[in-house]
Amino acid sequence: MIKLQGIRKAFNQGRDNEYWALNGIDLHVEANKVTALRGPSGSGKTTLLTIVGCLARPTVGRVSLMGEDISGLPERFLTEIRRRRFGFIFQQFNLIKGLSALDNIILPGYPTGRPRHELLARADELLAGLKLGHRREAKVEWLSGGEQQRVAICRALINDPELLIADEPTANLDSHLAREFMAILRDLAAQGRTILLTSHDPLVVDSAVVHRVVDMRDGKLQGGR
Amino acid sequence: MIFQPAIIALLLASALCVLGLAASAPFAFEVMRRWDIRSGSERQLQLERRTYLFSTLLTLVLGLQLAAVLLFVFNAEKMSGMFVGAMCAVGTLNVNAFGFPALNAKIAVFFLAAMWLAINHVDSRAHDYPLVRIKYGLLLLMAPLLAASAWIELQYFLGLKADVITSCCGSLFSEGSPTLAAEASAMAPLPAMWLFYGSLGAAIALAAWHGLGGGRSRVAGYALATASATAFVATIAGILSFVSLYIYEHPHHHCPFCILKPEYGYQGYWLYVPLFFATAAGLAAGAVQPFARIASLREIVPGFSRRLAAIAASGFALTAGIATLMIWQSRLMLLAQA
Amino acid sequence: MKLWLEKQRYLIDYTLASLARRKARNLGLLLVYTLLVFMLASVTLYTHALRQEAARVLASSPEVIVQRMVAGRHDLIPPGYMEKIGRIRGVQKMEGRLWGYYYDTVTRANYTFMVPAVSVPANNEIIVGPALERSRGLARNNGVTFRSYSGKLHSFVIAEVLPQASELVSADLVLMSEENFRAFFDYPVGHYTDIALSVANPQEVRNVALKLAAALPDARPILRDEVLRTYASIFDWREGIVLALLSAAILAFGILAWEKASGLSAEEKREIGILKAIGWETGDVIKMKFWEGLLVSLTAFLVGFVAAYVHVFHFAAALFEPVLKGWAVLYPRFQLSPHIDGVQVATLFFFTVVPYAAAVLVPIWKAAITDPDTVMRG
Repeated sequence: MIKLQGIRKAFNQGRDNEYWALNGIDLHVEANKVTALRGPSGSGKTTLLTIVGCLARPTVGRVSLMGEDISGLPERFLTEIRRRRFGFIFQQFNLIKGLSALDNIILPGYPTGRPRHELLARADELLAGLKLGHRREAKVEWLSGGEQQRVAICRALINDPELLIADEPTANLDSHLAREFMAILRDLAAQGRTILLTSHDPLVVDSAVVHRVVDMRDGKLQGGR
Repeated sequence: MIFQPAIIALLLASALCVLGLAASAPFAFEVMRRWDIRSGSERQLQLERRTYLFSTLLTLVLGLQLAAVLLFVFNAEKMSGMFVGAMCAVGTLNVNAFGFPALNAKIAVFFLAAMWLAINHVDSRAHDYPLVRIKYGLLLLMAPLLAASAWIELQYFLGLKADVITSCCGSLFSEGSPTLAAEASAMAPLPAMWLFYGSLGAAIALAAWHGLGGGRSRVAGYALATASATAFVATIAGILSFVSLYIYEHPHHHCPFCILKPEYGYQGYWLYVPLFFATAAGLAAGAVQPFARIASLREIVPGFSRRLAAIAASGFALTAGIATLMIWQSRLMLLAQA
Repeated sequence: MKLWLEKQRYLIDYTLASLARRKARNLGLLLVYTLLVFMLASVTLYTHALRQEAARVLASSPEVIVQRMVAGRHDLIPPGYMEKIGRIRGVQKMEGRLWGYYYDTVTRANYTFMVPAVSVPANNEIIVGPALERSRGLARNNGVTFRSYSGKLHSFVIAEVLPQASELVSADLVLMSEENFRAFFDYPVGHYTDIALSVANPQEVRNVALKLAAALPDARPILRDEVLRTYASIFDWREGIVLALLSAAILAFGILAWEKASGLSAEEKREIGILKAIGWETGDVIKMKFWEGLLVSLTAFLVGFVAAYVHVFHFAAALFEPVLKGWAVLYPRFQLSPHIDGVQVATLFFFTVVPYAAAVLVPIWKAAITDPDTVMRG
């Protein structure tokens, strides 16, 4: 699905505090599988995630998505790909305060110009699937942590992406909620979505849901299982 | 100079446009020197992000120019009371030698900005931004033109002194006067009508040819641009020569501006607005043709050009239709004997 | 096209919700913006109404007025003077006019005493303007006594009070018969204040004036068009000066708008980061912000303009009157007739919305290019 070749990423290039977060990554993220990136903080997992998720471009190296080289694409087209093909679940959930759950969920649909009734119907369907239908009108700041994450998951799915990217999805959840999340993840994987996540939570990386774990340290891959 | 709010506003708008373009010049040079779409460096990313600022800026300039053309004519109309002999905008614009050039320059800048935005549009749809260098080179060429337009406008306003006897449309557009506008009106209605309908028809036909061919024929694209420019001039000439007469229902009142007045129900806008849009679209369709063979634009230019052709065709058709309707409803019989 | 419209609708929806969430923050700017529009609109509406007023007054006045000059000063028209003019072609009607100023020590104001050309009041009756009616507390059929410059007392009965329609000129008028006028001012018989000429063809006015100047070297012809032009220039110039003075305010507003637009709160920055991460493009964010600016501008423009309209036409522009009107202090109150002019609105738009757009352009862009991965880097 996604192939990374010789990926390097620098921050503050050409300045005194230049810093290479990624140092030569070769990775193949397989389709319809759940892949986890594991490593201590500062190992470059999140940076790698942003490159795979078309949030950022590598300084050096090639990224190809389904055979197409996308590493040289301007931001405008990366955004298009991201919108269509990727769904994101962030560690902090990153919902927009003051908007209802429903409004938050349909936000990624705005730039597509899809008719509102279609978006709303899809959002309701997703909410119902995660047993959150009764909270659709609630402002997101009134929701519990678990509910917020489920809203975030719905938002990630609104444009029907093939790929899901999750950054430390269980870091802000207790074990009960984390287990619930893994159950949702299993269902999503069963629907045939490709999932890439970062985590150092044993509950995640040791779970049977995860097909492959890749270890990272100092911006390099270190094998895994 | 006449110290007047509308004049200050117009000068302010011109100054803003010139300043905006002047501020973007260093960036344009930087793009032309440093642009490298293959690079993943932070500098390249910054350059890419800057392009958003400049396309927004140019859109603003385009909008301002359009609004400024309107305000310029409006204000000329209003000031006509301040000059002896001036009865409408033509008189005011003739107060000194810079009046009509200032108006023409404004219109030219408007069309140039529209063409630039068209090139910008196709470029930003292609994955490798193939026209970035060309685009910013053109921007650098446009900056002095914009500055010149602002300078002419400034000269015009500085040269305005109330009480100068000027020739108003009544005398200016009378037969035998040697100015350009007079020649247009001196043209007999019949040939002017042929030219008017002929050029509009040709532009519509070429737009249809280009559009129905999916925008693929480059020759048709260039032809459409040429025909649009011709149709623009011919339409203005036609308005001077006969359309205005029908609107005023007066056989000797050739004036392109009075039809914008409330006395004539603002009918002029119905003619000019579609005409300006159609001409801008037609010219833009020509402007993107040189790049139709670039690999990444091969699929983008025809589609966009086809849409422009559709706008041009409907705009010109609307102009012709509205003019015909006005003539048909008029009580003036210009060609009774013909 | 439909897709595009739908998208713009979404962007407007979003920006409306976003504005509503930050009411306090946006209200300040909106207030200043509205105030600016209000000030500028008041100035333009007021001067334009004055211009209209002057034009209306002059519309009924004669095309040419001839004054006689002695040593560069305005003097009386001697008997026989008018006969010399009579021969000029194009002159339709000619009449000598009698008018003068009277300083009333009771109200400490100047009145214009005049003998009207038509509907002359009967002897010992006068017609007065509304200002006089108010300041002296007079009404119809009341008697009033003026002490003339020669010291004699003259009593009149008020036959009528002029209507309010165009108070700017009629306010201080006192109309009386010729006999009364000559008696009151001890005006020499056969003399007139000036001569009014009616010229039918507007194209002829200039020729008539030239012939007059040639025939009577001591005459000064004043053309109505020239007066009108001069009024227009003076009002334009005053308006321009006031706007130039207010340009400091426009500049200050531009700086405020710039500052507000670039000083995004952490919350707002985070929101834009989220939007970009979940698939909004830089252009989408710019458009969203553009709609925000447009909504703010339209609101400020509308509210400011309506407020200015009320201020000028219902409260007689109480705030700007001293600066803009400034000829006599006599007119204590006068209602301007409401009038809105397209050029004025367009000019006002250039003075307010354009500086705003220019000021927020760069800050909006800066906000829109937020890195989409900021939300991941926490």
